Amino acid sequence: MNIFGILRIAIKSLGRNKTRTFLTMLGIMIGVAAVIAMLAIGQGAKKIVDDQINSMGTNVIIISSNFSSQRSTVQSAAGSGNLLEVEDTEAIRDRIDGVLYASTVFTTFGQLKFEGNNWRTGVMGVDADYFNIRDMQAEQGHLFYPSDVENSTKVCVIGKTVADNLFGEADPLEKIIRIRNVPFKVVGVLKAKGQNSMGQDQDDTVIAPYSTVYARLLGQRWRNMMIMVSAESKERIHIVQQDILDLLQSRHRGTTSEEFYVRTQTDLAEAASSVSDTMTILLASIAGISLLVGGIGIMNIMLVSVTERIKEIGIRMAVGANKKDVLLQFIIEAVTISIFGGLIGIGLGFLASGIVGKYMNWAVEVTPWSVMLSVGFSCAIGIFFGWYPASKAANLNLIDALRYE
Amino acid sequence: MPELLIKTQHLTKTYQMGEVKVHALRGVDLEIHKGEFIAIMGASGSGKTTFMNLLGCLDHPSGGTYWLDGTDVHAISDTELTRIRNQKIGYVFQSFYLLPRTTAMENVELPLLYRNKLNHHQRHELAISAMRKVSIEDRMHHFPNQLSGGQQQRVAIARAIVNEPVFLLADEPTGNLDTRTSLEVMAVFQQLHKEGKTIVLVTHEQDIASYAQRNITFRDGKIVADTTNPNPKDALSDLARLPKLDEEE
Ligand SMILES: Nc1ncnc2c1ncn2[C@@H]1O[C@H](COP(=O)(O)OP(=O)(O)O)[C@@H](O)[C@H]1O
Ligand SMILES: [Mg+2]
Repeated sequence: MNIFGILRIAIKSLGRNKTRTFLTMLGIMIGVAAVIAMLAIGQGAKKIVDDQINSMGTNVIIISSNFSSQRSTVQSAAGSGNLLEVEDTEAIRDRIDGVLYASTVFTTFGQLKFEGNNWRTGVMGVDADYFNIRDMQAEQGHLFYPSDVENSTKVCVIGKTVADNLFGEADPLEKIIRIRNVPFKVVGVLKAKGQNSMGQDQDDTVIAPYSTVYARLLGQRWRNMMIMVSAESKERIHIVQQDILDLLQSRHRGTTSEEFYVRTQTDLAEAASSVSDTMTILLASIAGISLLVGGIGIMNIMLVSVTERIKEIGIRMAVGANKKDVLLQFIIEAVTISIFGGLIGIGLGFLASGIVGKYMNWAVEVTPWSVMLSVGFSCAIGIFFGWYPASKAANLNLIDALRYE
Repeated sequence: MPELLIKTQHLTKTYQMGEVKVHALRGVDLEIHKGEFIAIMGASGSGKTTFMNLLGCLDHPSGGTYWLDGTDVHAISDTELTRIRNQKIGYVFQSFYLLPRTTAMENVELPLLYRNKLNHHQRHELAISAMRKVSIEDRMHHFPNQLSGGQQQRVAIARAIVNEPVFLLADEPTGNLDTRTSLEVMAVFQQLHKEGKTIVLVTHEQDIASYAQRNITFRDGKIVADTTNPNPKDALSDLARLPKLDEEE
C-alpha cells in the first residue's frame, strides 16, 4: 500500500480516539513550545547584550584597572601601581598611532536640584572626546569644549529625562543646577536615545568635564577611573589594544599585563555572548527534557494502543496487510501525533515568547532555525518512540492476534 | 471434472503447549475442485479451525504440502502469502471480526486498501457492488455496533468477496446467529456458489451442512468421512417456509 493510504488509515484511527490523541500531543506541544520560547529568550538576551555593546560606539576600547589584583588595594601613591591616571589618557591619546579619541571616564551618582525639583541619577565626568566616542549630539545648546575640561568649568550637559524632571516645560539652557550641592551650568541637552533593549533609560544622565567632577564631586582619594578609546579602524584595533597595554605597563613600573583590562568591543561581545550562549543551551536543554518526556508519553500511549488493537492488527493482516503496512501505520500514527503536536507547540512557543517579550520588556526573537530544530526533533521523536510499539505490532503472530481476547 | 483448486497431502499441525505437544492435525489429504460447496463438520477440538487457517494461508503447517491453484504454498515468501490472502482468499469468521468504530463501508473496503493501484473511487465502487451482492448496501454508513448479528456477518461476507477471491472460507459463520439469520446467511452463500464461487464452510450443525454439496467430517485431526450430498437443501425456500416473525427493522 502506498504511504498516503497508510497516512489516511493512521489519521482515521487517531480521529477515533480524539481525547487520547490530544492528550498525547499535549506533551509534545508543551515540550516544543518550551524549547522555542527558551531559545527565543536566550536569543533575545544575546541581542540585548549585542545592542548594548554596539551602542557604545564604533571600534571602542575600554581600559580599566583590575581591582581584583591585590596591588590596587595597597597602592595609593600616584605614578605607580596599577591605578589608572588622567595622564594615562593623555599619553594614550598623544603617543599611540591609530587612536582617534580617548577620554577619561569617572562615574558616580548624585542628587540633582533645580529650584524645588530633585532628581537622582548617574553623573559622568569625561573629556570632550567622549561625545565623539559615543556619537552623542546636543539637541539644544551645545556640548562642552576641551577648554572647559582644562579650566574645570562648572558646566554640564543633561539627558532628556533629567531635563524633563528638573525643568518640566521650562528651558534648561544656561540655568544653574546643583549636583550634590555644587552649582553647574547647563549648556546643552543631549539628543534623546530612548531606552536600550534592556529597558534602561539612556537619557537619564548628566555629563560634565572630568576635571570638574574629580575636583568638586569625587576628591583626591577617588581611584575608580576608566579610559574609553576609539580606534581609527577595525583592522588596527588589535594593534592599538596591544600598544595601549604596553604603554600602560611602561608607565606603571612593575605591573604585569594582568593588572589592566584593555578590552575591545568585540572582546566584550564575545565574553557576553559566551555567557548568553551557555544560558541558552541550559534553558533549551531543560526544555528539551520536557520534549523527551513528551516522546516517552507517545511511546507509552502507542504501546497501550497496540495492545488494545491486537485484534484489529490481526484482522488487517488476515485481509492482506503485511508487516511493513502495519509497521508504517503505527509509526505514522506516532509521527502524526508528534508533528501535529510540534506544529501547535511552535504556535504556542511564538505566543509564549511574545508574552514574555511584552511583559518583561525583553527583546525575544524566535529564529527560523529554532523552529526547524523543533520540527525535526519532534519528527525524530515520533519515529524513535513510535518504532518500538510499531515493530511490536508488526511482529505479532496473525493467528495469536486474531485469537487475542 | 472441473479444475483442481486445492490439494493437501498429509497436512499436519502440532501446537507446542509448554511441555505438551497438541496434534491438532494428524495428516489430512484432500482435493477440492473449482465450484465446489463443502461443509466441514466435526466435534469441537477436532481440528476444523486449524485446517481452515491453513487453507486460508493464515498459518503455516507443521508438515505436509498444500497446493493452492497450482502453487506450493509452503514454499513461498511471507509477502507472497499476504498477497494470496488479500486476492485469492475470502475468509469469514465466526465472530465477524469487523473493525469497531469503523463504518460497514470502510470495513468492506479494508482488503482493497492493501491492494495497490486502486483509487478512492474504484474502491468505493467495488465495495458497493460487494455489499449489494449480500444485500447490505443500505447499511453502509452504519457502525458494527449499530448492526444485528446477521447484518454484521453480511458485511463480513461482503469484505470477504470484495476482492473477487477464488474461494471463500467460512469458519462457523452461523455459529453466533439464530435460525432465521443462519438461513439468510446460508442463502447468501448458496447464491455466491451459484455465481461460481468455491466455498468451504465449517459448521457443527448437521442442518447447516445439508445446504452444501459435499460433507467432510473431522475427528481427532483427521478426515473420517467424505460424502457427497446429491440433493442439497435450498436456503431461500426454507426461509420462506419459516413462520413469519416481526419484520426485521
Ligand atoms: N493456537 C493454539 N495453541 C495451542 N493449541 C491449539 C491452538 N489452536 C488450536 N489448538 C488445539 O488444537 C486442537 C484443534 O483445535 P481447533 O482446530 O480449533 O478445533 P475446532 O475448530 O475443530 O474446534 C484443539 O485441541 C485445540 O485446543
Ligand atoms: Mg473452531
